[in-house]
Amino acid sequence: MLKDQDRIFKNLYNDLGSDLTSAQKRGDWVNTKEITEKGRNWIINEIKDSQLRGRGGAGFPTGLKWSFAPKEVGSRPHYLVINGDESEPGTCKDRDILRFEPHKLIEGCLIASYAIQAHVCYIYIRGEYFVDGQKLQAAIDEAYEKKLIGKNAAGTGWDLDIYIHYGAGAYICGEETALLESIEGNKGQPRLKPPFPALIGLYGCPTIINNVETIAVVPTILRRGGKWFASLGREKNTGTKIFCISGNVNNPCNVEEEMNIPLKELIEVHAGGVIGGWDNLQAVIPGGSSMPLIPKEKCETLTMDFDSLVAEKSGLGTAGVVVINKDQDIIKCMARIARFYKHESCGQCTPCREGSGWMWRMLERMAKGEASKDEIEMLGDVTKQIEGHTICAFGEGSSWPVQGLLRHFKDEIKKRNNFDPIVKETQNIPYLVDQHLLDKNA
Amino acid sequence: MSLKRPAKDQPENFEFNSSSLEAANKIISKYPKGKQQSAVMALLYIAQKQNNNWIPLVAMKYIAKLLDMPYIKVYEVATFYSMFNLTPVGKYFIQVCTTTPCMIRGAGKLVEACKEKISENESELLPGKNCSWMEVECLGACVTAPMMQINNDYYEDLDKEKTLEILDKILKDEKPKPGSYKGRINNEPENGRKTLMELKNA
Repeated sequence: MLKDQDRIFKNLYNDLGSDLTSAQKRGDWVNTKEITEKGRNWIINEIKDSQLRGRGGAGFPTGLKWSFAPKEVGSRPHYLVINGDESEPGTCKDRDILRFEPHKLIEGCLIASYAIQAHVCYIYIRGEYFVDGQKLQAAIDEAYEKKLIGKNAAGTGWDLDIYIHYGAGAYICGEETALLESIEGNKGQPRLKPPFPALIGLYGCPTIINNVETIAVVPTILRRGGKWFASLGREKNTGTKIFCISGNVNNPCNVEEEMNIPLKELIEVHAGGVIGGWDNLQAVIPGGSSMPLIPKEKCETLTMDFDSLVAEKSGLGTAGVVVINKDQDIIKCMARIARFYKHESCGQCTPCREGSGWMWRMLERMAKGEASKDEIEMLGDVTKQIEGHTICAFGEGSSWPVQGLLRHFKDEIKKRNNFDPIVKETQNIPYLVDQHLLDKNA
Repeated sequence: MSLKRPAKDQPENFEFNSSSLEAANKIISKYPKGKQQSAVMALLYIAQKQNNNWIPLVAMKYIAKLLDMPYIKVYEVATFYSMFNLTPVGKYFIQVCTTTPCMIRGAGKLVEACKEKISENESELLPGKNCSWMEVECLGACVTAPMMQINNDYYEDLDKEKTLEILDKILKDEKPKPGSYKGRINNEPENGRKTLMELKNA
């Protein structure tokens, strides 16, 4: 288990208070000026050395992302945008940072803004977190009052304004370009990339977008050194991470732990075990609903980091661990997730808009045992036609959980859905088959 | 995609009152000159708050004029985002999360409670009632599931009994206490946490 002194979010459970004085006692805002005096290159290199990867789901190296910002500010100002549109089912870590550790986030905003030369930072918070957003706003006001942000922020000579922008209940706005569209006052539909936001982002200006947790760990990394952060976890999967353990466990909780922690330890030690005992475990969704589920056999030895989960054909995503025990109907659980994606598709790309509804309806029928045998293959086919054929990663996010179900629980679906197809195939007509699926090299 | 339709009965006029207008101007000033369109979501919220929790079409037209943008763009935004109510929902708007993490911890019981106390169908404002309910997608409090949101506040760690109690209070026009109904103030494990022990009750 991670030692308490290596935990970054000491106030994760609000034992110490979230106000500025308490935050300063924990070490926030102590030597912000000295950190910025070491220069932009030092900051970016230190973050690169720490091998910090974005905490929003995709796991892109943060230092690398910052280095994409233009070195000189041209005619267009730079912007920093913080993504707090946490909507992934199973995830509620950013909320705790917003309400209990707001000063870590604000200080991180100042350092990141300095590193990428932004004078304005927008924090995008999902509309449902209005109360938590108000707490962050109170912290921002406090920081303005103490001159920690604003003109000559914290004595660094850098001017920074931080504004909160509330979303309004659209999951897709967690996608970075959709988030920019939303800030610009449009519907949140993702943009085509390239151009990437680092060059053409908010209002057409260079913009760096980071998750709340990513930015909130930055000040501590710079204080304790990139080497310290890199010494936790393992190569390329370093540092600590807030895990949210929900579902059928005895004590659902948020806990900050080292990367690469065994899944069994997370569930057994921190979350008080699976309801009905470990043997009652059916499957685990390891990283928010977009990530394929993992059956019990593999949970025994699984470790939680980006690369080891990719090796299991899943992903760490946002580290929202949803535990599903044997009292639940796994097909129904996945049908509900499919309904979520059907509801949240922005409707821009046809494969996703239509396909997410198809997947939901097919899974609902499969849960009731009303589907025919051939539909199981057809469902797999539908997921393959969504994945990779959309502008943003929502297509993958909606089809991966279904693929995970098909990969690990096909027998269960087959057992329940035993009808013969309504139209029996009597001959093989190749032009009625999607040609790209026949091509083995595609 | 979700489908939203504006209400059939629409008021004739809408204008921000002075406090709304002040709040709106403050928000517009957050964005660069010429980019006042960015404030559209915040202004829709203000309109919703002023107009008893829902946004009539005249309010969208008013906001379009205020921000110097086409009415259809405001309409697009108002229909795209799920938190803008285009029909009356009552003084208390109850949203029950039923996405998988809540579902497997018994969100169905919360829905039952709403059906018993408020209305058989979701998004239905019965005459004489001050609230309506609907099922929504993940509200981001999965660790304290099952939960529901009433206006801006979260009510977490619920079961059917506690939900019925909360709804009774709402129907009597009292505001129940928000937060967890198992007594937690945060997302720590309920019995016996293993981390940050020295700081506990510090």
